[in-house]
Amino acid sequence: MNTDVEQLIKPETSETDFDPIESHVNSEYKYGFVTEIESESAPKGLSEEIVRFISAKKNEPEWMLEWRLKAYAQWLKMKEPTWANVTFPPINYQDVIYYSAPKQKAKLNGLDEVDPELIKTFEKLGISLDEQKRLTGVAVDAVIDSVSIGTSFKKQLSEQGIIFCSMSEAIQEHPELIRQYLGSVVPVTDNYFSALNSAVFSDGSFCFIPKGVRCPMELSTYFRINAENTGQFERTLIVAEDDTYVSYLEGCTAPMRDENQLHAAVVEIVALNNAEVKYSTVQNWYPGDKEGKGGIYNFVTKRGICKGVNSKISWTQVETGSSITWKYPSVILQGDNSNGEFYSVAVTNNYQQADTGTKMIHLGKNTRSRIVSKGISAGYSNNSYRGLVRVGKNASNARNFSQCDSLLLGDKCGAHTFPYIEVKNNTGVVEHEATTSKIGEDQIFYCNQRGIDTETAVALIINGFAKEVMNQLPMEFAVEAQKLLAISLEGSVG
Amino acid sequence: MDTISYFKERFEKLQTNNVDAHIKDMRDEAFTEFEQTGIPTVKHEEWKYTRINDFFNKDYHFTTDLKEQSFTVSDLSTLQLPGHEDANLIVFVNGHFHEELSHTRSDELEILSLQSAAGHDKYASIVKEHLGHSADYHKDGINALNTAFIQEGVFVHVFKSRTASHPIYLYNITDARNGNIFAQPRSLVHVAQNAQVQMVETFVTIGADESFTNQVIELVVEKDAILDLYKIQNDEANSKVVSTTHVHQIGKSVANVVTVCLNGGLIRNNLNMVMSAEYCEANLFGLYLGDNQTHIDNHTVVDNRQPNCLSNELYKGVLNGNSTGVFNGKIFVRQIAQKTNAYQSNRNILLSENASVNAKPQLEIFADDVKCSHGCTVGSLDEDALFYMRSRGIEEKTATSLLLHGFALDVLEKIKHENVRTFVEGLVTKKLDL
Repeated sequence: MNTDVEQLIKPETSETDFDPIESHVNSEYKYGFVTEIESESAPKGLSEEIVRFISAKKNEPEWMLEWRLKAYAQWLKMKEPTWANVTFPPINYQDVIYYSAPKQKAKLNGLDEVDPELIKTFEKLGISLDEQKRLTGVAVDAVIDSVSIGTSFKKQLSEQGIIFCSMSEAIQEHPELIRQYLGSVVPVTDNYFSALNSAVFSDGSFCFIPKGVRCPMELSTYFRINAENTGQFERTLIVAEDDTYVSYLEGCTAPMRDENQLHAAVVEIVALNNAEVKYSTVQNWYPGDKEGKGGIYNFVTKRGICKGVNSKISWTQVETGSSITWKYPSVILQGDNSNGEFYSVAVTNNYQQADTGTKMIHLGKNTRSRIVSKGISAGYSNNSYRGLVRVGKNASNARNFSQCDSLLLGDKCGAHTFPYIEVKNNTGVVEHEATTSKIGEDQIFYCNQRGIDTETAVALIINGFAKEVMNQLPMEFAVEAQKLLAISLEGSVG
Repeated sequence: MDTISYFKERFEKLQTNNVDAHIKDMRDEAFTEFEQTGIPTVKHEEWKYTRINDFFNKDYHFTTDLKEQSFTVSDLSTLQLPGHEDANLIVFVNGHFHEELSHTRSDELEILSLQSAAGHDKYASIVKEHLGHSADYHKDGINALNTAFIQEGVFVHVFKSRTASHPIYLYNITDARNGNIFAQPRSLVHVAQNAQVQMVETFVTIGADESFTNQVIELVVEKDAILDLYKIQNDEANSKVVSTTHVHQIGKSVANVVTVCLNGGLIRNNLNMVMSAEYCEANLFGLYLGDNQTHIDNHTVVDNRQPNCLSNELYKGVLNGNSTGVFNGKIFVRQIAQKTNAYQSNRNILLSENASVNAKPQLEIFADDVKCSHGCTVGSLDEDALFYMRSRGIEEKTATSLLLHGFALDVLEKIKHENVRTFVEGLVTKKLDL
């Protein structure tokens, strides 16, 4: 277990000291440091040359460059969407650096050759790239700014035929797989930000689980924005062939900076017959300061397709960071008997804005989906759930259950629900329920009566409120996520 | 010719003599707005599931003068709702308030044309203050279009501390026997302090040509007043209706609205409950039974602008044939509106393969000390319940209609006016005996 996680566990496992909120009342965003490493960047702005520059930098084959240029041409024709329930000053897309990479030697032979500064950065973040010291057995692909800097446990994984590497490596070494699957779930033209990502994405992770393999360890990507004025545009692609299982984790942090930084990622998942993919995210981008200055714009497109029969895709997310979050992990349930799940806790404080939810598109027969969304708003923040459940004409016996609960802490924040339900088949059953409330005075009183002070009681209730989702997280993340929840809400209660 | 210039041509022909200056200003302003927004398309979020712009490709007959109408007393007698002998009547023909066919029976209220109310020393200020309040809630062009063409609307005033002895029956009649008709009825109802009134609204189309009704009714409810409004939509397949009902509670009051949609080509209802005072109560109930090609869209808004208000909402739908149901329920709780209790429930049953439903129950909450919830279900009939009945010798058809009746009853029993309830129950029974 890495040092950071150990640290986290201590105050929480001993019952008497259980007081996550108070212990972090004075703590700042702890991942806000900047690493002084030399980086190599493209000039500011976006143009065809920049797209060509990125492609050339990565030494990409011709088809990849064409794909990017096509996306760029599409992006130029598109307009930035305005339907989300968030407000922010217009983004100047010409003021963003689209490519920034830590300067390094041409080709690395192993992790030993990675810049020690970089290794230190990840150690500070609690992500050890040094496999030998690791006990948890999580394979990590670390992405800093725009470039993957190292992937651990590669060898063990490849023995089973599992491919887990950076996207640029995959383009070089497994072009046939990339050509087949890249953009098959989130097409280039899908939306404004996915088109932008397709044009300029610099790296990301690629994961391929061959037929019949159950991935022996958690796979994980760690994203870090470091350089100033950069945007991070990574692309993740997970392909699970027949009869496979994989659990995938994603974590993200960024330094504290006064200006807003853009993060527009795309994640695609393909699950074939009987495959199961579990994707967990703990999103902790820098949320901006107490006055709402700075922070990351997190505009992400995540989508999975249950292509085969009996396949399953499960999204779990804990959203505590970013000044603006705009993200709808979706599942297209195409294969018969396939199953989609979405578990989410979104916490907003100060001036954060979150517009998040999911889409469950039922196309195959006997498909099931389940949505559990918990929103917690504090300070001056706004938290929206936006979801779509669509049952197509041929999706007989589709079943959906959605639940979205909102908790309001303070009278200056807002909680919103925008569920869309479209049913075109009379054998489908769709249920949706939502509640909004604050922490009841009777609940607090009950705790007070039993000698639990108000702040602890609030923490207890919030933890209980979010538990249904937290339970879905893998062990390594659950601990971190619980603590994040407490930090995000510091000073907003009591 | 595009839609906007089509309407512009007609707008310019509108009569301006004898039109109150305030109303004329409103018309001009509304038309400018309409010119900017046009007719909403499916790209407009509020019109995502309801397509009306196609209907504007047709040429409609705009009647500017009641004398052109061939509608007579005998025509009316065939359309009357039960209990009409004992009710105040308001008759709109092709969007015009027909004073001769209308009739005031109660001493507790007054019914006059909107133009004369605007010039009336007692009512002018009320008209000025409340006419057009709904425009704030509909920036889609359709509301503005109605306002731009206000001609002979109706104004109802229920006197202070009086309970109307007879209900008000409001008929929106479209006479499409000689050509396509575009009708835009407009009403303003003022329920004064401590007054009480029951209103029944219905939509009727006669004739086989196209009929499009774009209705706006605004109701102002003062302190301690009670308003009951029943909207019954049982029209012909050639009728298209966009109906905006805007209830503005300006004092601690109770407003109950029951909407029953049974037949028609296209029905779009906008129901707004705006609670601008503390301790208001609003109850919204709806039942929609679609079959054939019917498209029924119910949009509701509950706007809690002050603390301590209560709202209850229940909309139920049964969709058969190729029909489509749409439900969009919005609850706003403003930051100041602490202690709000707002409940909303939408339940749908799909009976046939080709029926579909689109629901969007929406909450927007800015206050923390509130209890708000919404629920939405879509499904088919409960198989266990059907099996239970069939195992007791009840045939499938009867069992189905029994279950559907039970489903509809929750809404029907909210109609307090007995004549109307019996009448509506009869219509529903006929419809559900599949």
